[in-house]
Amino acid sequence: MPFKSIKSLEERQDFFSPGHGLCPGCGAAQIARIVTKVAGKDTIIVTPTGCLEVSTTTYPATSWKVPYLHVAFENAAAAASGIKVAYDALIRKKKISKDANLVVLGGDGGTADIGLQSLSGALERGEHITYICYDNEAYMNTGIQRSGATPYGAWTTTSPAGQKTLKKDLMGIAIAHGVKYAATASIAYVRDAANKVEKAISMGGPSFIHWIQPCTTGWRYDPKLTVKISKLAVKTGLWPLYEYHEGVTKLTVEVPKRVPVSEYLKLQGRFRHIMNKPEELAKIQSYADAFAAKFGLGPVAQ
Amino acid sequence: MKTVEPILLSGNLAAAYAIKQLDVDVVAAYPITPQTTIIEKISEYVADGELDANFMLVESEHSAISSCLSAASAGARVFTSTSSQGLLLMHEILFITSALRLPVVMAVANRSVSAPINIWCDHGDIMPQRDVGWIQLFAESAQEAYDKLIQAYRISEDPRVRLPVMVNADGIILSHTYEPVFPLEDSEVASFAPWKLYPLRLDPENPLTMGAFGYPEYYFETRYQSAKALEDSIGIISEVDEKFGEISGRKYGAVSPFRCEDADVILISMGSISETIRATVRKLREKGEKVGMMSLKLFRPFPFKEMMGLVKDAKAVGVVDRALSPGAIVGPVFNDITSALYLSKMSVPCVNFFTGLGGRDVRMADVRDMFEKLKEVAKTGVAKEHRFYVGLRG
Amino acid sequence: MKRELPRWDEMEQGFVTRTLTEMVNKTGTWRTFKPVINHSRCTKCRWCIIYCPEPCIHMEVSGSDEKIMIDYDFCKGCGICAEECPVKCIDMVEE
Repeated sequence: MPFKSIKSLEERQDFFSPGHGLCPGCGAAQIARIVTKVAGKDTIIVTPTGCLEVSTTTYPATSWKVPYLHVAFENAAAAASGIKVAYDALIRKKKISKDANLVVLGGDGGTADIGLQSLSGALERGEHITYICYDNEAYMNTGIQRSGATPYGAWTTTSPAGQKTLKKDLMGIAIAHGVKYAATASIAYVRDAANKVEKAISMGGPSFIHWIQPCTTGWRYDPKLTVKISKLAVKTGLWPLYEYHEGVTKLTVEVPKRVPVSEYLKLQGRFRHIMNKPEELAKIQSYADAFAAKFGLGPVAQ
Repeated sequence: MKTVEPILLSGNLAAAYAIKQLDVDVVAAYPITPQTTIIEKISEYVADGELDANFMLVESEHSAISSCLSAASAGARVFTSTSSQGLLLMHEILFITSALRLPVVMAVANRSVSAPINIWCDHGDIMPQRDVGWIQLFAESAQEAYDKLIQAYRISEDPRVRLPVMVNADGIILSHTYEPVFPLEDSEVASFAPWKLYPLRLDPENPLTMGAFGYPEYYFETRYQSAKALEDSIGIISEVDEKFGEISGRKYGAVSPFRCEDADVILISMGSISETIRATVRKLREKGEKVGMMSLKLFRPFPFKEMMGLVKDAKAVGVVDRALSPGAIVGPVFNDITSALYLSKMSVPCVNFFTGLGGRDVRMADVRDMFEKLKEVAKTGVAKEHRFYVGLRG
Repeated sequence: MKRELPRWDEMEQGFVTRTLTEMVNKTGTWRTFKPVINHSRCTKCRWCIIYCPEPCIHMEVSGSDEKIMIDYDFCKGCGICAEECPVKCIDMVEE
């Protein structure tokens, strides 16, 4: 059942408790909380190593009120599929009776870089897991180093002069594996995101969600702006919200009039060094324009 | 005890046969020589409906062990197997499996490590896994590989243990050599190692967090807890071996001595070399030479107490290492044994023999040479050199 | 909060944890600015609840009365609730 109102989402039980050590205004916490709300009680969460993992499971405490497993950095997809396959076997052999949803919450490093091989294996095997990548576009847990998901121009501690290559196309990679369902998400469009999570889990096959996650510390902005920046990512066309199902790609949030990318970039300290470089801004604008052409977004409003 | 007909099986096929009888739920594995025929055979058992398990054909050994770990965390009985580079790729996750106290069972067809690439037997792959916190059993024959796998599940799932177990069998030499194997009846296996839902499991009805972050106030205690469990498992391992002996007539012990009682010199070894050494001892004893040998069947936890009584009257002890430990002053097995001797205040002279690397044959003549060296040491009471590279050119 | 630290053999096998939530950590001490809801202007739209990353904002229901409440034990003062409130009824006040 799609979430028709914010109330219907709010009334779902929470399975993510406060007291965790994530930064004030952390986008990953918002995502973890919404995902567990939607996925519900009969869910097992797996995370690779990362901010979300270390800050929510400081032994002997835990923020997770659903079963939770962390193994290592590069194997969350293999770990989740192992649990799923075990549940399938145990149910078939009548050793247990009740199934569980398997949801991975992995950062961009654990997904696009070190975890890509294990993700590829899990998607290719067709196992019934939902892999959600919370993408904050760098290795935040170790102190903001560039990842394969760092966008062009962004400062990180290992790309001090700005990232020179483009972000890895994770959605393209997931779709190329023939997943049942893939979608992009942003917390600023929380009902759209929640509906996608619900759909992804119900697909009966591997599904993938690529969720942009502004990071107050790594992106260098005032913590109160997390939702605003998530919205601007969509409004500029840099993060089009769409879903892929059975060969069809469909835009889920229309952007009739786009905002220039500079509106998004200027709020973030990681792009400060290019704000007075029109040729760099033009380059990033051209990436947004390309997305707009591909997904049918409107023109940039002057 | 019933008399059963033997089946002609290689070490690998004997391992697969055991898994078929053990009600395993999930197998996750990746091909690597010389382990591959285990998983090929298991695939056949699954395809033919002889084993009701889900076989995950994963994309690497790293995912194989990760999936086994997590399937065990869901309560399933799991199995994987590997060799050499595959075991090295699993290395990171092996520590995590033991710290999380998950009963993963793995067969290892021991093989050399690269470079150069070489697919034959030595213990170069297993020695880097000494400190991963797993129980490590060694087999000398296909029969023993079969028996030890059945024992492994009972040990691993025992609430007093709850640790992963590796069953090591020498690659090619054991993995690919056919010999008559006496299997147990399916029902005997089922009652010896009955399936139980693993209680420390991820279950939405009783949520728990597994794999948490450990601050300095907790890390030491968590690591010690699994290390202590490994140390304490030695009694349960021997208890399981005893019980297995009762139903099969075969029991192995943590160390298996041969003619040690009045031996002047004793050679200690692990894996298939032990068979050659035992045969050599038999020959030399026929000539009246007071030689003995001891096969180490359990490498972790290290059975030093069981061993010390056996060497107390020897005049010289030799230890065979089938792997190098570059930069160390001695080989890994030698290291453990001499530490145990030292702590037991025994000052018997010891010699370390490195041999059989990368599948190089170790013949009875080589073993006779080792005994000659030991006899010289016994005569003088001093080992002038403590390392010999048997069969090395130059 | 000072906790009695357990011995190694008092910890559950495999250092699994299930009883203690992160709620032992009162992250409210991190806060510099405190969100204060002006209930007379609040429309109970729930956006602040949904966007709270802790989460530490909830709807308190007593009879037919609904009131949005902030648990200051955990609020880190990020200001997202004030920023996103559609009627701007949350003020960030210096502690």
